[in-house]
Amino acid sequence: MGVSLAFHIVFAAIGVALPLFMTIAEWRHQRTGDPVWRELARRWSKGTAILFAVGAVSGTVLSFELGLLWPEFMAVWGSVIGFPFALEGFAFFTEAIFLGIWLYGWDRVPPRFHLFAGAVVAASGAASAFFVTLANVWMNSPVGFTPGPGGMPLDPDPVAAMFAPGWAEEVTHVLLSSYQATAFAMAGVHALLILRGRTSEIHRRALALTLTVGGVCALLQPISGDFSARSVARKQPAKLAALEGQFETERGAPLRIGGMPDVERRETRFAIEIPHGLSLLAFHDPNAEVRGLDQVPREDWPDVRTVHVCFQIMVACGVAMVAVSLASAWAWRKGKLTHPLLLKAIVAVSPLGFVAIEAGWMVTEKGRQPWIVQSVMRTSDAATEMPGLAITFWATVAVYLFLGAVSAWLLTRLIEETRG
Amino acid sequence: MADVVAAAMLGALILYALTGGADFGGGVWDLLATGPLRAKQRAAIDRAIGPIWEANHVWLILVVTVMFTGFPRAFAAIANALHVPLLLLLLAIVMRGAAFTFRHYDRGGARGTRAGARTPNRWGIAFSIASIAAPILLGVVIGALVSGELRANASNGWIEPWARRWPLLVGLFTLALFSYLAAVYLCVEAKESGDAELAEAFRRRAMGAWVASGVLSLFVFLQSRMHAQRVWDGLRARWMIVAVAGVAAALAIGLLWTRRYRVARFAAAAQVALVVIGWGASQHPWLMVPDFTIGGAAAPPATLRLLIGALLVGSILLFPSLWILFRSFKGARPFSPVDDA
Repeated sequence: MGVSLAFHIVFAAIGVALPLFMTIAEWRHQRTGDPVWRELARRWSKGTAILFAVGAVSGTVLSFELGLLWPEFMAVWGSVIGFPFALEGFAFFTEAIFLGIWLYGWDRVPPRFHLFAGAVVAASGAASAFFVTLANVWMNSPVGFTPGPGGMPLDPDPVAAMFAPGWAEEVTHVLLSSYQATAFAMAGVHALLILRGRTSEIHRRALALTLTVGGVCALLQPISGDFSARSVARKQPAKLAALEGQFETERGAPLRIGGMPDVERRETRFAIEIPHGLSLLAFHDPNAEVRGLDQVPREDWPDVRTVHVCFQIMVACGVAMVAVSLASAWAWRKGKLTHPLLLKAIVAVSPLGFVAIEAGWMVTEKGRQPWIVQSVMRTSDAATEMPGLAITFWATVAVYLFLGAVSAWLLTRLIEETRG
Repeated sequence: MADVVAAAMLGALILYALTGGADFGGGVWDLLATGPLRAKQRAAIDRAIGPIWEANHVWLILVVTVMFTGFPRAFAAIANALHVPLLLLLLAIVMRGAAFTFRHYDRGGARGTRAGARTPNRWGIAFSIASIAAPILLGVVIGALVSGELRANASNGWIEPWARRWPLLVGLFTLALFSYLAAVYLCVEAKESGDAELAEAFRRRAMGAWVASGVLSLFVFLQSRMHAQRVWDGLRARWMIVAVAGVAAALAIGLLWTRRYRVARFAAAAQVALVVIGWGASQHPWLMVPDFTIGGAAAPPATLRLLIGALLVGSILLFPSLWILFRSFKGARPFSPVDDA
């Protein structure tokens, strides 16, 4: 299932963000009458159609997989946390409907309505992401039920469950990441095209628009990350300890940049340590006590190395994107947005948004292990006992690889075939 | 309250059959397109499905999510017992969706559907095979659910409970029904775009599929006596539903015969809806015979209340939106060229 989610998140993020860009482009066209904007919107819409279709089917896969792979999880918790999934279904339905209108109705519906349809797509995409993320928040801090005998929850309160502690932090972080990753990826495509000699004004405008959105998100994201980290420090100390490589409980814990955790020796080596840094970031108090993995039973430790390394990767990507955003802003003021050096930097940085998304999800999901529902249900107890699950797994992997490959191929062809 | 949620699920399934089911049926005719008009047939199917297919298939996601929120233990047991056909159904839906979109954007395919190529391209074949497999698998799942062979304790084995005559028969019946529905819809589409010849082609197919579904429905009914006792008893107890379905079927064929396609469409849709209702009614109150009833598997009242509330609010948003979508593309005006890639 992790493979499906890793795949789906890319398409989902694009599905959330791309409609925003399309709608902005169309809005600019309707405001200014400039045909360049309309052409940009239409080009983006072709890519959207392909990606949305693939994202949609991968979403179907996930809803089925919840039952196929995690029947115990659903049997026990469905009545508590199933609700946001149902809501997400409605949001997705709305998005699909209005996307159908937007993609196919350029000349069939009035322009104002067409723009409205685009806005609905963007809004319902964000709503979908919102609802689904709420489910994940709950897994990290389960509330909204009374533990009953035999593990079955009593008195489910789905609304309380939906707004579990930390929901605002996680939702913000996820939404920003979708817009940011998509923006940088799109910027990279257009930058590459300019480097290859495409001269159309479309690309310059696309670059400006995507870098603006991406840059704003890139600057906001570390702030959001700070809120999220403090939330994790409160609710999931084992996860924080793992991602920071904090083996021993200590006051005034240092922030470790880089470094490789050594689980046998219970230390994180080769890190650049900033004294008091972690206590400061996690609790806004340089002498706060940070709980280490020594307070967690050994069998309940997450995979410290993976979680820590992924966290470092995510942050590094974020820093790179901030740097390129600032450089781009400076270059734009000097009228040199299309300087080859900057364009190359943009291309280099363009996949990092999605790398950060994948790394970040690894941190949060692997960091919660061995729990599927923090401190309440173990992942091993929730999985299906279906024999031969390997077949299902490999079938899923094969399908996704195929979908990914073909959509990449089609997108490449689409881009190559358009002129200018 | 649990009954309300179950009824909503059935409603969603009906809508899925009438929309997504017809989409699958369209895929069947795509494969079976023959004769001098076959390129035009394929183009018509492509145009008909294009704007709406993604929305159509969300009904299934709704059924799944409502089920695991409202009837979690039953959901888990069904997912366990029917792991294989559900997985295959999933693969078919995925392949179908991807193939349809890719065909639209693959250079060869786009030329093919527009300019009238002789043979379907590679995506077309994948699309058609998946379109045939999905309804069969859906029927298999439903057939297995009513057969009484599935147990909740995960002792079912991989293949045994569903790869039998009865579920496969239901699968074939489902395929015939969806194909029939699609053909009737396509008659309307063809006529509205002014192509009388094309309409004739689909009319013949619709009538043929009507006969096929009729024969299969009889088989299903008779076989249910041995294999799905609930259905046998339930349908005979609720014979009114069967009777009305029969009337709808008779109306449909009559209207097809006299080429009154727009009204025939309603009759055919009513007929299919009544088949689904008949199934649901005959199975009531069982979700999975014999271990789960609607009441027994239901989530606590708080969850059900919220779910019903969400369904209401969702419907208020959804149905007008769907109406707008269909109106934009299926209005009374002749079908002007949709903006292709």
